Amino acid sequence: MPNRSKGAIVGLGVTPMGKIYGRRSVDFAAEAIALALDDAGLEKRDLDGLLINANISGDMDPRSQMILGFENLTLINVMSAYGSTAGSMMQYACMAIEQGLANVVALVYADAPLTANRSAGQSYAGPHRFPLGGMVGLRAAYGNFGANPEYAMAARRHMHLYGTTSEHFGTIAVGQRAWAGMSPWAQMRSPITLEDHHNSRFIADPLRLLDCCLVSNGAVCVIVTSAAKARDLKQPPVHVLGYAQCAPGDNLRTDRHPAVETGAKRSGEIAFRMAGVTVKDVDTCQLYDCYTYTVLVTLEDYGFCKKGEGGPFVADGKLGPGGSLPTNTGGGQLSGYYMWAFTPLSEAVVQARGQGGERQVPKNDVVLVSANGGILNFHSTIILSKHASSS
Amino acid sequence: MSEAVSKPVPIPDALSEPFFAGARDRRLMLQHCTSCGTWSFPLRERCPTCMKPTLEWRAASGRGTLYTFTIFHQAMHPGFAAHVPYNVAQIDLDEGVRMTANVAGVDNADLRIGMRLEAVFESPGDGVFIPKFQPAAG
Ligand SMILES: [Zn+2]
Repeated sequence: MPNRSKGAIVGLGVTPMGKIYGRRSVDFAAEAIALALDDAGLEKRDLDGLLINANISGDMDPRSQMILGFENLTLINVMSAYGSTAGSMMQYACMAIEQGLANVVALVYADAPLTANRSAGQSYAGPHRFPLGGMVGLRAAYGNFGANPEYAMAARRHMHLYGTTSEHFGTIAVGQRAWAGMSPWAQMRSPITLEDHHNSRFIADPLRLLDCCLVSNGAVCVIVTSAAKARDLKQPPVHVLGYAQCAPGDNLRTDRHPAVETGAKRSGEIAFRMAGVTVKDVDTCQLYDCYTYTVLVTLEDYGFCKKGEGGPFVADGKLGPGGSLPTNTGGGQLSGYYMWAFTPLSEAVVQARGQGGERQVPKNDVVLVSANGGILNFHSTIILSKHASSS
Repeated sequence: MSEAVSKPVPIPDALSEPFFAGARDRRLMLQHCTSCGTWSFPLRERCPTCMKPTLEWRAASGRGTLYTFTIFHQAMHPGFAAHVPYNVAQIDLDEGVRMTANVAGVDNADLRIGMRLEAVFESPGDGVFIPKFQPAAG
């Protein structure tokens, strides 16, 4: 039996995703919050907490409270641990609710980096982002732009140490695309094959186009309240059983290797202990997947397989539809939509409720959500379930 | 055909001036802590190991080992358009710090993790020099 509920997710709002131009991040946020309130059967005035994920574009700030028209909030913050923030936000929301500091808290991620005349790749790391002073300029002088080369170097290190192959990465991409085909929210829904993966152009060798996440305009909102209040609301509650962070730090000392040994390990240990379940109890994983490699290394660090065995572990397609460990069942960031860790969190809510329709996993008692930020410098874990013990 | 756009040239600032001055003299200057004896990179005001403000500039050996690398195919900056694909690499310096740079003087296909490298200095323009790495002699 799992441990008690630390908080319950009662509302989910997901806006249309992708190349939707001409809207500000805060407008997407408003739409997602409205959708989530409606989903929960709550009114705007019921909401007394607002946690905003600082986005990549940098245009979500505390004044969003006024723009969105909320009043007398007793919990407000813009939070950032980069891509891992959703886990930190869930942690703070649950703690605030347990302390009686807020009753109904909205967690929101919104971003709109895509514009009509700029490529997706340029949206986060284009020339408009090239200051030249000091060490930042040194990075530019080496042509080291954005996250792609950094994750590619992490992936190659793993391949070198453990014999991981591009086909292993490809298996993850193919499986997630098959899931995406069953999600009405997914941006990329046409099936792909391992051959398509192999033939997709290199972005940063060893990573190919189909190893890399999408860029999305849109927003996701999740509403959290107490287990007690959740009983009276519209949706089946999704209980937060465990949460934890681990920021392993940088990889710039030769005795440190967070690129191949991530914060999933420590944050997973803490979160699983809090939840009263183990990795063996997990029915479906919703893992941060900025790149295929991130999924593989995260599975290892949570202990689904031994360190270095992530490649062979995923090779049989167990993460895809019909597999023994259904993972990123909405297509993830690779094929669904890229809303930082609100991508895995949103799909986890769908699956834990049993509302996945065609893509619903057969067993959904324990759902693992992972979030990763920076260049594998930040990590958070959330464990969700439709069950919780009463004490 | 119009002249190609140049690669970006870093602008030394107060903190990084000794690093770039060293590169001009073909020396890899890094910060070394007089309190705890560790080297650090990238540049900082304070030692990340012992937190004391006791970093001084010292010439590093310039020697290290290839930790990992990527061959980058995206021309994110027009100055690199004629140079893709090119490598970006992490080099574990013998001093115990990991530096990101390019490996020069070797085909991308011949890069091997674990290969020994040594610093070499190039100018992207404006009289500014930067360290790169090449296969170590001998
Ligand atoms: Zn020190």
